[in-house]
Amino acid sequence: MSTPIVSVKNVTKTFDAGKGMFAKKTKVHAVNDISFNIMPGETFSLVGESGCGKSTTGRLIDHLLIPDTGEIWFDGKKISKLSQNEMRPLRSDVQMIFQDPYGSLNPRIKVQDLIGEPLLIHTNLSAGERLKKVYELLEVVGLSAAHGERYPHEFSGGQRQRIGIARALTVHPKLIIADEPVSALDVSIQAQVLNLLQQLQKDFNLTYLFISHDLSVVEMISDKIAVMYLGTIVETAPKKDLYAHPMHPYTRSLLSAVPIPDPAKKKERTLLKGDLPSTTNLPAGCLFHTRCPYCQEKCIKERPETQEIGEGHFVKCHYPICNEEGKNV
Amino acid sequence: MAEKLLDVKNLRTEFKRDKSWVTAVNDVSFHINKGEILGLVGESGCGKSVTSLSVMRLLPIGTSRVSEGEVFFNGEDILKVDKKKMRKIRGHKISMIFQEPMSSLNPCMRISKQITEAILLHNDLSKDEAYKRAFNVLKSVGIPDPDMTLNSYPHQLSGGMCQRVMIAMAMSCEPDLLIADEPTTALDVTIQAQILALMEKIKEERNTGILLITHDLGVVAEMCSRVIVMYAGRIVEEAPVRELFEAPMHPYTQGLIESVPKLGSDMTSLPSIPGSVPDLSVMPKGCKFAPRCKYAMDICREKEPELVAVPGQEHRCSRCVLHKLEEKEVSKL
Repeated sequence: MSTPIVSVKNVTKTFDAGKGMFAKKTKVHAVNDISFNIMPGETFSLVGESGCGKSTTGRLIDHLLIPDTGEIWFDGKKISKLSQNEMRPLRSDVQMIFQDPYGSLNPRIKVQDLIGEPLLIHTNLSAGERLKKVYELLEVVGLSAAHGERYPHEFSGGQRQRIGIARALTVHPKLIIADEPVSALDVSIQAQVLNLLQQLQKDFNLTYLFISHDLSVVEMISDKIAVMYLGTIVETAPKKDLYAHPMHPYTRSLLSAVPIPDPAKKKERTLLKGDLPSTTNLPAGCLFHTRCPYCQEKCIKERPETQEIGEGHFVKCHYPICNEEGKNV
Repeated sequence: MAEKLLDVKNLRTEFKRDKSWVTAVNDVSFHINKGEILGLVGESGCGKSVTSLSVMRLLPIGTSRVSEGEVFFNGEDILKVDKKKMRKIRGHKISMIFQEPMSSLNPCMRISKQITEAILLHNDLSKDEAYKRAFNVLKSVGIPDPDMTLNSYPHQLSGGMCQRVMIAMAMSCEPDLLIADEPTTALDVTIQAQILALMEKIKEERNTGILLITHDLGVVAEMCSRVIVMYAGRIVEEAPVRELFEAPMHPYTQGLIESVPKLGSDMTSLPSIPGSVPDLSVMPKGCKFAPRCKYAMDICREKEPELVAVPGQEHRCSRCVLHKLEEKEVSKL
């Protein structure tokens, strides 16, 4: 129980920007020095706004991207330096569910072949056995065996997402990386898919890395949550702690910005000033200082270290909010 | 009694599909008062956007038609006025904000040109005066450096900035009615909060009526005073916002509100509505929600219920047999 299934240590990833012969070479700092552990059987969520590096982190763990510096461990093996060939046997242990149920299924392949493809690659099953397995999986995700003969365009968004989930389950993965799996779906369908994901986690003993921008969805599904801002994790905490006592000013304003579907509850909103700074030109000092309502001189000069306040509650802030009155210096 | 700004009556919009006409919006009636935010909620494909485009007369001619209904704007039926006059109303009296700020702006034109275009078209102003006006509206929507923004192209601005520009453009001629079609769906929550606060401010200051189309019940709860819920091209419920969330009457509204994950609740699984939205061309007979409804009875599958006013409650309607039954008693069945 005590060994994490995924361990990310001080990982940084930058991309080159500024194409063209004479363009100035610039770098996009997508992920800056992040560290976290995911325990087996838990749901670990990454939340943040667009462009904060959530998806890049997911892709780094799936070895679709290689980190510039830092280490990623999966199931006791260091995978950050493996070559594509060395990674291949491990691929069946990590599967992904993508955001766009329309774009992530090949429109020219029948559903049964889409779901069966991982079996073809990773196992030695015969065609008949593969098909049997596919039919089983279709039932598991709430579709019927007859759906296998159809093509993706014949399905609605929610059903397509179920197909994506079935495909991820074929090879009995240990970890499923779900990158915004419900954000393209309507609320009534979203609830169906979330319930399915939770049921499957119990039945197949899965670990999820759940990437989302929706704080209410994340609250429902997660055990532990990491809040990202401009490529860094600003706060990590167990679900209850994070929602009850958000300590980082960013987490706090993020939570207050979520509209609550209850007109009786009129709440105080902390509106953030301005927009996200550009990732090609990160602010000095604390990355959040340009928008922080509590910004002080130290924040502009020094980049804060991650500190542990309370059990499993990590904050990257010079002056985390410890009580209701405001800043506790 | 507040003044009715927009009054839509029995609107029916159809689209051509394989030589036959498919009804996308049927029997939709609602009104908006001055200085009021009316919410229009529903899932994708329920006819929210088609309703607003019908009102604006922006649907493609030939493949779509408004076959029934009237749309009164300031007492005049705008479905009947000629094109030239409609063009004067559109962008001047009624403005619209679209969902995707990035793709609704022309990428090849500077912001200044795009905003002043509307101002010059509807007002008798010189270019300099129009520029000044554009500068002022941009400032009023909270853009810190209007001169720089006016001189940039859309790709140089962020999503939140583009949406502000869109709002500024819509507000530049001080319209009486603003139709906002999913104005914050493409934006992050912190930016969404900024934009919503801005829309509220505009409503307060100018007494503009706003039709807010959204699928996000959280946004509705925070912004609107009255709400219309649509399902499969029909209005299934209309209610003041408090009543809607406290005691939703239509089973669809109930399911919709229940299936939203709520911040701060200890839920581990969500109640959900089984099945999915029916296709426009193969609508079920009777109540359109019956196949997914947990209370469905035989009568629901045969006859479509009317949208009836709920007795004793103002502005409250529901399209469900259940409420009629309570009224006339079950014995009549």
